[in-house]
Amino acid sequence: MSINPNNPLSVLKSHLHATYAAAALLLATGSLAQAADLNALIWCDHADPALLQPFEEANGIKVNVKEFEGTGAGMAIVEQSQPGDWDVMVIDSIDIPRGVEKGLFEPLPEDKLPFADLFPQVKMDGSTVAGKRYGITEKFGYNTIGYNKTKVDPADMQSMAALTGDKYKGKIAIYDYYLPVIGIAALAIGKKTAELTEADLPAIKDELLKMKANAKLVGEVTASQTALATGEVDILVGGGEWVTAGLAKENPALDFSIPKEGAVLWSQSLAMFKDSENKELALKFIQYIMSPEGQARLATSSCYWGMPANAKAALSDEQKKILRFDEQPDFLARAQSYPAPNADLDKKMQDVWTEMLQAQ
Amino acid sequence: MNPATNSGRALPWALVTPALGWTLLFFVLPFLAMGFSSLTAHDGSGFTLSNYSQFFANPAYWQAMVNSLQVTAIVTLVSVLLAYPFAWILAEQVPERWQRLALMLAVLPFWTSYVVRSYSWLLVLAQNGVINRALTGSGLFTEPVQLANTRLATITGFVHFFVMLLTLTIFANLKQLSPSYRKAAADLGAGPVRTFLHVVLPLTLPGIMVGAFLTFVLCIGDYITPQILGGNNELLMPQLVMMQIGRRGDFPLASALSIILMAVVTVAYLACARRLKIERA
Repeated sequence: MSINPNNPLSVLKSHLHATYAAAALLLATGSLAQAADLNALIWCDHADPALLQPFEEANGIKVNVKEFEGTGAGMAIVEQSQPGDWDVMVIDSIDIPRGVEKGLFEPLPEDKLPFADLFPQVKMDGSTVAGKRYGITEKFGYNTIGYNKTKVDPADMQSMAALTGDKYKGKIAIYDYYLPVIGIAALAIGKKTAELTEADLPAIKDELLKMKANAKLVGEVTASQTALATGEVDILVGGGEWVTAGLAKENPALDFSIPKEGAVLWSQSLAMFKDSENKELALKFIQYIMSPEGQARLATSSCYWGMPANAKAALSDEQKKILRFDEQPDFLARAQSYPAPNADLDKKMQDVWTEMLQAQ
Repeated sequence: MNPATNSGRALPWALVTPALGWTLLFFVLPFLAMGFSSLTAHDGSGFTLSNYSQFFANPAYWQAMVNSLQVTAIVTLVSVLLAYPFAWILAEQVPERWQRLALMLAVLPFWTSYVVRSYSWLLVLAQNGVINRALTGSGLFTEPVQLANTRLATITGFVHFFVMLLTLTIFANLKQLSPSYRKAAADLGAGPVRTFLHVVLPLTLPGIMVGAFLTFVLCIGDYITPQILGGNNELLMPQLVMMQIGRRGDFPLASALSIILMAVVTVAYLACARRLKIERA
């Protein structure tokens, strides 16, 4: 966090943050690790013991994890911590520049990480800052249409028009995250997700309202996954392999499509903190996660599945089939980037989302 | 100067200091920090009232407050209507030796996790859940009714929780009521209904109000139940607050919305305290 000593407000805020720090550390992190341990701010997929244990055993250390949802919540934890408390962080790939602006991240050594093995579309060349890479994409997937193929006609799922028509009214759930679903609405009306401006919002809002009128619920990850798995709904707007793949064994009827309008490509990255006191271990962790074995474990984490960013991930044939690994070149060619609005547009997008949620 | 008098004055302060310290540390200071935060701009550019003006200018934000008040009012009313007879049966009809067991059974739902309980309700109310299966199986309905992911589901989840809370407060009030009041009313010719309406009910009203106020406060600030059971088909205030934090980390706006919510709770308390004299409970 940068502090302007000439601005009393900034100074006061910094003192307040420092005051919060002790309590926040107690509440948010519990007992922080010994210096030799690795402290990781993560999403739930990294909490899987099947992923962490091999690394812990190989290095004789413990990985202390703190789960969070949403970049804002993650940044708040960092701001309320002491420099050096955290070593690595999982973050939306599009938000890496936000962390760099705040001076949080360390440039990654490209020669020590398998950038060359990543699917080219998820290398995020556009997210470099001053030519340096501050994060590496570890997992990706699509916000698109997830559905139960025994309940809906898969041919209908090849067009987003099915989401606003009458045929599946009351059989639809919407994933409750404004950025990807606004991206889907934009695709449905023929806009490019990378070129969205404030002028596009009224048309996007109309499209969202049409989707909402057909929807039974707007749910976060667990709620929307449960709704699709239990048959409460047959279609999930914003769903994809991250919903259907993990449930494939119990419910092979769940699938996803990349409709003719396209899909929104999501990706998550790993970043190393500039103030980490364990940079060597942090790099080892990133190397492990990006290794073929680590990638396979992360891709099939018990929390949610997703495509490994490393094309050499050691997935079994069955896992590849569930993730539709071989179809990725076509999917990636048709997917569009995750909306990455500036702060002002981001706020306006969230307000549009709020209005959609409140609409009856 | 009398040392004995001084030590007599010091003792109450010594006794009250831990409570004061606790309140200062965990309520007053965080509240001041939140108030300060609510007056700052998200981009750190200085002080502003825009976080408050946004609430009043945006109908979707207003609607969240209206929704919260409606849901809370319904939950409080329904919980009181269900809890009172339940508490009365426990206090008056269940033999004394079984009351402890009955109370334990009544609060049994408290033993499970709040989140687990909410998800359990989701499964009960779902399209393929117990209720819809019973309704369609009995032939009352040909198609499943949408119960989950509605305001009704949110209210059901809340009422399940708060009926227990209210039952405890009302039960305690009924048990404290001396039987002499009812005997006196009967001696003066009042029947059971009249005795209840004119003697028992007014005397247990403070207990009802304390329970109702607790229900109001806990319900209007709850995030979990509407988030899990309401299906986000409408937003309540706690959900709106959380929305500001998730991705954007807009703590100033979240703080302003929280303070507005707190102001509403304060107004509710003052209304209760003035009209129904909670202080005497």
